[in-house]
Amino acid sequence: MEFLIISLLNGLSYGLLLFMLSSGLTLIFSMMGVLNFAHASFYMLGAYIGYSTSRLIGFWPAVFIAPLLVGVLGALFERTFLRKVHKYGHVPELLITFGLSYVVVEVVQLVWGRLAVEFRPPELLQGPAFTLVNHAVNGLSVLWGAAPASLCNAADAAVRVVCSPFPATRGFMMLIALVMLLSVWLLLTRSRIGLVIQAALTHPEAVESLGHNVPRVFMLVFGAGTALAGLAGVIGGSTFLTEPSMAATVGSVIFVVVVVGGLGSLSGAFLASLLIGVVQTFAVAFDYSIGSLAAQVGIPLGSAVQGNSLVKMTLSQVAPILPYLLLVLILIFRPKGLLGTREG
Amino acid sequence: MKQYYEFKPLNIGRWLIWSLFALALVFAPLVFTSGLSITMLSQMGIAIIACLSYNILLGQGGMLSFGHAVYTGLGSYLAIHALNQVASGSLPLPVVTIPLVGGLAGMGFAALLGYVTTKKSGTTFAMITLGIGELVFAMSLMVPEFFGGEGGINANRVVGKPFLGINFGPPIQVYYLIAAYTFVSVAAMFAFTRTPLGRILNAVRDNPERVEFIGYDTQKVRYLAFITAGFFAGISGGLAALNFEIVTAEVVGAARSGAYLLFTFLGGATFFFGPIIGAILMVLAFILFSEFTAAWLLYLGLIFLFMVMYAPGGVASLIMMNLRVAAFGRLRPLWVSYLALAFCALVAMAGGAAIVEMVYHLQLSSLPGGTVKFMGAALDPRSVDSWFGSAFVMLTGIGLFELARRQFSRQWGEIQEYIEKEIKRREALS
Repeated sequence: MEFLIISLLNGLSYGLLLFMLSSGLTLIFSMMGVLNFAHASFYMLGAYIGYSTSRLIGFWPAVFIAPLLVGVLGALFERTFLRKVHKYGHVPELLITFGLSYVVVEVVQLVWGRLAVEFRPPELLQGPAFTLVNHAVNGLSVLWGAAPASLCNAADAAVRVVCSPFPATRGFMMLIALVMLLSVWLLLTRSRIGLVIQAALTHPEAVESLGHNVPRVFMLVFGAGTALAGLAGVIGGSTFLTEPSMAATVGSVIFVVVVVGGLGSLSGAFLASLLIGVVQTFAVAFDYSIGSLAAQVGIPLGSAVQGNSLVKMTLSQVAPILPYLLLVLILIFRPKGLLGTREG
Repeated sequence: MKQYYEFKPLNIGRWLIWSLFALALVFAPLVFTSGLSITMLSQMGIAIIACLSYNILLGQGGMLSFGHAVYTGLGSYLAIHALNQVASGSLPLPVVTIPLVGGLAGMGFAALLGYVTTKKSGTTFAMITLGIGELVFAMSLMVPEFFGGEGGINANRVVGKPFLGINFGPPIQVYYLIAAYTFVSVAAMFAFTRTPLGRILNAVRDNPERVEFIGYDTQKVRYLAFITAGFFAGISGGLAALNFEIVTAEVVGAARSGAYLLFTFLGGATFFFGPIIGAILMVLAFILFSEFTAAWLLYLGLIFLFMVMYAPGGVASLIMMNLRVAAFGRLRPLWVSYLALAFCALVAMAGGAAIVEMVYHLQLSSLPGGTVKFMGAALDPRSVDSWFGSAFVMLTGIGLFELARRQFSRQWGEIQEYIEKEIKRREALS
C-alpha cells in the first residue's frame, strides 16, 4: 500500500515536471506555430543559471531570477534569430532552434565544464517531506518530516514495519507546477494580455490594426515559454542532476508528451505528462518479465526460450521505451492525440 | 493517336556532368593515394547516398525527419548479420550483394515504421520521427542478441571465393565497390525525381490540399517516398557495414540522424546535388575538422545558425546564385567585394576562434598552465594581453566585415535588378 502511494506520488511529481516543460513548448507552439526544438536546452540553461545564481544569492531568489534570465535569453533569441527566418516558413524556424540546441550544449560545456555540477536544494528541502509508516499491527500512518529510527525498527521482530519517505524536493516540484498551471491558465483566459495573445494567433492583422504590436507579443510569448522551461530547469536540476546531457534526456520525452496530448492542447499536455510520468515510474519499480510471468501462470518454457533476452527482459528494463511505445500506439489508434482538436 | 513527332535532342550537358561524376569517382583514389584519403573517399561515397536519400524526404517531400539514422543503421545491422551468415556458410550470397541486403532491410523497416510516421505531416512528423529514433536506439541497448550491446557486432568482409582476384580485403577494392554503388544509387535517385511519384511528391510538399483535390492520397505518396528513401538509406548502411566491418548501437542514434539533417541542409536541400556537397563536408568535418579543434561542434552549430538565417538554400544555392550572375556576365565586379568579405570574415573568425580556444583550454584541458597554439601563435590564456588582443582582432574584423557587407549587398541588389530587367527584355524579344 505505502509502495503504491509513494510510487504514485513520485510518478505524479515527475509528470508535473514534464508538464512544466511541455506547457512552455505547447504555449509557444500554439501561439506562434513554432516548434521550439531547443526547449530542453533552455531547461538545461535554467538549471545551470539557477546553480550559479543560487551560489551567489541563495536558492530562493534564484528560483525567481534564473527563469527570468532564461526568459530574457529566449526573447533575445526570438528577436535576433527566429524573427528573421519567420518569412522562410516553418522548416527553417524548426531548423534554427535545432541549431541552437547544438550551440547551447557546447556553450554550457564551455562555461560550466563537462562534468555534473553539485546543485543542491536548500536545507529546508533536503529531507523527506513526510514518511509513510506501515505498521503491521497499527496500520498505515503519515508522519511529517523524517520518521525517527525507533519507529521504523520495531522492537518486536515479528512485527513488520516499513517506512517510506517522500522527498521534500518532489513535493516542492508538485507545488510549483500546480501554482504555475493555475497562473498560466488564469493569465491566458482571464486577463487582457491573454486575450490579445489568443487573438494574435488567429487574427494577427486584426490585432495589429487595433494597435497591438504583434511581433512584440510573439517575443513575449517566446520569452514566457522559455522562462517556464527555465523554472522547470531550476527545480529539475536541483532535484535530479545538473549535467550537460540533461537536455537530451528530457528532450525527446517532452515531444512525446506534446504529441500524445494533442498538438497545441494545454490540458492534453497535462494529461499526457501525468500519464507518462506515472507509467514510467511504476514500470521502473516492477521486476516482472514475460518469463517470470509465464512461470507464475504455470506455462512451462523451454530452456532455449528462457535464455532469450526478450523473454528475460523485465518491465523495469523496458521502462525507457514506454513513452515511445505510447506514442506509436496513440498514432495508430488516435492520431490527433488524447485531447487534440486538429488533425494533421 | 499522336498527331506530331517528338524530337528529343541529346542532352549534352547532362551526359557531360554524369561522365565527369563517374570519372571523378574512378580517378579520385589515383589522385589522393594516401590511406587516410582512401578511407575518407569511401566514407564520402557512403555519406553521399545517405544524404541524398535523406533529401528525398527533406528537399523533395518537405518532411523534416529526425530519425533517418534508424534506416541507415538498421540496414547496417542486417547487412553485417548477413555477412556473418555468409562467413558461416549458411547464406549463399556474394559479398557484392551485401549492401542490397542492407537496402532491403532499410526498405522493410521504412515500410513498417513509416506507416505510423507518415500519418502526419509538418512539425508533428518531425516529432514522431524523433520519438521513433529514440525508441530504436533504446531498443538497441536492450536486445544485445541482435544489436551486440555496447561492443557492437564484428564481421570479416573477406569471405567466399575471390572473383577475378577481388576479395575486398584491401580498402581500395572496397572503395571501388562503394563508388559503383554510389554512382548507381545517385543515378537511380536522380531518376526517381523524374518519375510521376517524384513529381507528385514535390506537389505534396508545396500544396497538399490541391493534391488531395486532384485525387491523390497525400499520406500514401509520403509513405511511398519514405519507403524509397529507406531503401537507399539501407544501401548506405550496408556499405558502411562492409567498410568498417563493425556496427555499434550509435549508428541508429540521434546524433547520427542530426548529422544527416545538418549536412543535408548545409549542402542545400533545394537542389539535387546539394546533399552531395553536404556529404563531402560532413566527412571533412568529422575527420579533419574534429582533429583540428576541440570546439568543432560549437563552430558547426554557429555555422548552421548563420546558414539558416542568411542562406536557407545551403551551399548549393550560393553556387547557383553566383552561376546565374556569371551567366549574365556580371560576376567580375563582385570579385573585389568577395575578396574583401572573405578577408574580413577570416580576421573576425580568427579573433573569435582564439577566444573560444582559450576558453576551451581553461575549461577542459587537463594540463594546468601552458599556452594554446593557435594559427602559429602561442596564446597564454592567463594573460590579459592575449584576451585583449583576440577581442581586438575579432571586433576589428566584425567592423570591417559590416562595412564590406553593406557595399556588397548594394552591389548585389543592383546586379539582381539588372538580371531581372535583362530577363524581361529577352522575353519581350522572343
